[in-house]
Amino acid sequence: MVTLLYFASLRENLGCSREQLALPSGNATVSSLIDVLRNREGPWTQAFAPGKTWRVAVNQNMADLATPVKAGDEVAFFPPVTGG
Amino acid sequence: MMARVRVQTEDFDIGRELDALTRGRKDVGGLASFVGLVRDANDGHAIGGMTLEHYPGMTEKALEDICAQAHARWDLIDTLVIHRVGTLVPGDRIVLVGVASAHRGEAFEACEFIMDYLKTRAPFWKKEDTASGPRWVEARASDDTAAERWKG
Repeated sequence: MVTLLYFASLRENLGCSREQLALPSGNATVSSLIDVLRNREGPWTQAFAPGKTWRVAVNQNMADLATPVKAGDEVAFFPPVTGG
Repeated sequence: MMARVRVQTEDFDIGRELDALTRGRKDVGGLASFVGLVRDANDGHAIGGMTLEHYPGMTEKALEDICAQAHARWDLIDTLVIHRVGTLVPGDRIVLVGVASAHRGEAFEACEFIMDYLKTRAPFWKKEDTASGPRWVEARASDDTAAERWKG
C-alpha cells in the first residue's frame, strides 16, 4: 500500500485529501499510479487527463512520472505552488 | 550552516526576528530582509482575504533545502524564513526572509534567491476571497522566470 495525499484545488476537485492505495503490480512508478487514478470516474479522469498541470512529490521530495514508488511511500499530488 | 525555518499561523515581530539573527555577533556586516504582505487587489479583483494551505512536513524540508542552497552558493552567516499559513487579511504579513552576511552584496542576492525559490518550490497554495467567491491563485510564469535566472 501507498499513502496518497491531495492538496489545494486538486483536493477540492477530487473531494479527497488522503487515501491508501494498493500498489500496481510490477515496477510501480508515479506513472502507473496515475493510470489507476485516471481510470476512476468523474473528477479523477478529468484531474489527471493528459495535458493537465499538476505536481507530484514522493516522500516529500519533488518527483516526476518516472519516479519509482514502493510500499509505504507517501505520494502527494498538487497544483503548481503559489506561496510567498 | 545556520538556517532557521518556521511555518506558523501567528504573526511575527520583524524587529525581534531580525535582531535574533545578529544578536551577540560581531562578524555580520549586512542584514538583508524581505517582507511579503497580503494586498487588497490581485489581477483587477478586490481581495477581502485569503487562506494559505501547505503540505506539513514537506514545506519545512523544502524551505530548509532552499536555505542550504543559498548557504552553498554565497558566504552567509545565518538565514531565516518565516511563512504564515491559515486565514489572512489585506495588510497582514505573510512571509519574512532574513539573510545575515559579512557583506551586503551576498545578503541582497541570497535574500532574492530564497524568495524566488520559495515562490516556485515550497508547497504553499493561496485561495483568495473575491466578490464573486473564493478562487485558487494560479501560478505565474513570471515567478518561474525569476527562479530560472539563478541557474547556471
